[in-house]
Amino acid sequence: MNMRNLSVFAGVMMLLAFPAQAQDQLDPSLLDLPAVEAEFEDPESEGPLRGSVFADSWQDLGIAIPAFATNADVPTPANAQGTRALGLEISRIVHNNLRNNGLFRPVGPDALPRPDYPQITDPAWPVWQGRSAEMLVHGYVRARDDGRLTVGCYLYDVALRNELVREGWVVRPDEWRRAAHKCSDLVYSRLSGESPFFDSRIAYIAETGPKDARIKRLAIMDSDGANHRFITSGRSTALTPRYSPDYSQIAYLSYEDGNPRIYIYDIETRRQTLVTESTNPTFAPRWSPDGRFILYSMAIGGNTDIYRVPVAGGRSIRLTDTPGIDVGGSFSPDGSKIVFESDRSGSQQIYVMDADGQNQRRISFFGGRAGTPEWSPRGDQIAFTRIAGDFNIAVMTPQGRNMRVLTKAWHDEAPTWAPNGRIIQFFRTARGGGETSIWQVDLTGENERRLRTPVGASDPAWGPVLP
Amino acid sequence: MKNIVVALTLTSALALSACQKKAPEVIPQAPQNVAPAPTPTPTPTPVSRVAQPGSQAHFSAEMSGADTIFFDTDKFDIDSEDAAALRRQAQYMLTYATSRATVEGHADERGTRDYNLALGERRANAAKNYLVSLGVAESRLRTVSYGEERPASMGSNEAAWAQNRRAVTVMME
Repeated sequence: MNMRNLSVFAGVMMLLAFPAQAQDQLDPSLLDLPAVEAEFEDPESEGPLRGSVFADSWQDLGIAIPAFATNADVPTPANAQGTRALGLEISRIVHNNLRNNGLFRPVGPDALPRPDYPQITDPAWPVWQGRSAEMLVHGYVRARDDGRLTVGCYLYDVALRNELVREGWVVRPDEWRRAAHKCSDLVYSRLSGESPFFDSRIAYIAETGPKDARIKRLAIMDSDGANHRFITSGRSTALTPRYSPDYSQIAYLSYEDGNPRIYIYDIETRRQTLVTESTNPTFAPRWSPDGRFILYSMAIGGNTDIYRVPVAGGRSIRLTDTPGIDVGGSFSPDGSKIVFESDRSGSQQIYVMDADGQNQRRISFFGGRAGTPEWSPRGDQIAFTRIAGDFNIAVMTPQGRNMRVLTKAWHDEAPTWAPNGRIIQFFRTARGGGETSIWQVDLTGENERRLRTPVGASDPAWGPVLP
Repeated sequence: MKNIVVALTLTSALALSACQKKAPEVIPQAPQNVAPAPTPTPTPTPVSRVAQPGSQAHFSAEMSGADTIFFDTDKFDIDSEDAAALRRQAQYMLTYATSRATVEGHADERGTRDYNLALGERRANAAKNYLVSLGVAESRLRTVSYGEERPASMGSNEAAWAQNRRAVTVMME
C-alpha cells in the first residue's frame, strides 16, 4: 500500500442515520442460546486481576464481539464469500486485537450468536445480559455503489442498555482490515481512556538461515502482523529500519555497496537514496517527530558521533564530539530534546541533549549498561535495553528515575513504542542458535506476547497511527 | 578458502580466550619506536606455492592465524599478542607492495546492534592504524564493520564470544 492509496481512505465519517428499521421483536433464534462459555459465565473464576497501569476494573469487563452484520450479502473484492463473511472476519480481527493486548478478555464471534442487521442499532439486550456480557461491540458491513465499503462500529453498555460510542468508515475493499483496526481503536480508547494504536504499521528485519549465514531482509506489516510484505531481496544485509512519521519512507541500514550505509527508501517509488554522501559508514537512523530531520551515526577513523540532516537535503550537523561511541538517538515528542547512548564514561549509558547538541548530560545511573533509548510518543517514559548480565527491556522517566525492568529473557533488545506509548515491542534472541522473534509487552511487564511473523524477526520499528 | 580462515581463527582464538586485557582510556596511539619491518624471506608452504602471492589464499596461508586479532568485551586496544600478529601482516603487505587489504571489525552477539557496528568500526580502525604505523600506506587499507552480523564461532558462551570479538585482515583481489 502506498501513500496515494492512503489518501483515498475516506477517514472518519460519523454515521448519523442508520438505514435499518427498528425492530421490537427479537429474532427467536437468538434467544435459543447455545451453552455459554465458562469464562463468560463466571469471570471471577479466571484468577486475580493482573496488575496494570490501567488499574481499573474495566480490564475484566466481559466484552462480547459477535459477527458484524450486513444489509445484503453481496460480492466484494474484500472477501471471496461476500459481505456477510467479511463481517465475520472483521469482528474476528477486533476480537483478536482486544484480546492480544492483554488488557481485555473479550469473547469473539465464533463463540457467540450472530445478530441480524437491524439489531446492530437495536441490540438484543436480554441475549447479551444472559451471557453476562457487560460491553457489546456491534458492527456492520455495507457495500456501496462506488465499490467501496461502509463499516460501522458500535460500543454498548449492556447493563445500562445504552450506546457508548459509534463510528463508521468508508474504505476501499483492499483496506478493509483498517476498518477493523479503527473499530478496535474506538473500543480500546473508549474503555481505557488511552489513545488509539491498532491502526498502525511496523517495519522490521525478517531473518532466515543459520547463524553463520543469516539472511536479513527489510519487511513491513500491519500492527497485527497482517499485510506482510518483504521490501528487500536479502541479497545484502539490511538492518535497523525506521518508518518516516507519514509512512512514505523507511530509513534503514544496508550493506548494498559492501559498507554499512543508511538509505532512505521511498515506498511508493521503490527507490532509495543515501542519507548522506560520505565514504564513512553510517548507521542507526532515526526520524524527527515532524519527519523533517534524520539523526544518523557516522564513524570517522573509528570514532562514532551523532549527526542530524534535513530529509529534504542539506548540510549535516554534528551533534556530539566525544572520543567515545555516541550512537542512536530518539527525539522527545516535541522535538526539543534527544535521548541517545554513549560510552564516553567507559560503558554504554544513556544521555539527553538539546536537539542542537547542547547540554549533554547522563541520565542512567543504576548499575550495568544501558543502550538503545527510545522516547515514548507520550513523552513520559524512555524505553531502553538494560544490560546487567542479561539484556532486558526497561523504562525510566526522562530524568532517569523510576527505572523498571519489564522483561526477563536472556537477550531482549531494541524497544520501539506503540503510537500511544502504552505498549513496547522489542526483539528477543535465543541463546545458541540466535533465532530472533518480535515480542511486545505493556508497561506493567505483565502482558507479554510474541508477534506472529512468517520467519525470524528483529529490529522492530512501530510507526504512528496511520494518517 | 573461507573455511581455512575460520579454522585458523578458531585455533588462535582458543589460545587467546583466557587472556585478560586492560581497558585503555582512549584510542591507543600508534607505537613510536617501531623497527622497520625487515624484508622477509618467504618460507613457502604447500598452500602458498599454489596460491598467487598477494591473494587472500596466499595471505591466509602465510599468516596461519595471524590475520586475526582478538579483543576483550567492549574493548579495542592492541595488546602485545595483537601487535605481533599485526607485524606479520605488515611485513606481508610490505613484501607484496601492490597488495591491498580490508580490515573487518567484528563484535560478539552480547551487545546491542548499533553499538556493535560502532565497536566493530573502532576495532577495524585500531588494527588499521597499527598497520599504518608499521609503514603500510593508508591508501592500501580499507575498513568495514560487520558488528555482530558475521560471527566466526556459533556458540553462545564466553569462548565463542572471545573468538568473535575480532579484527580480520583480508586481501582485496
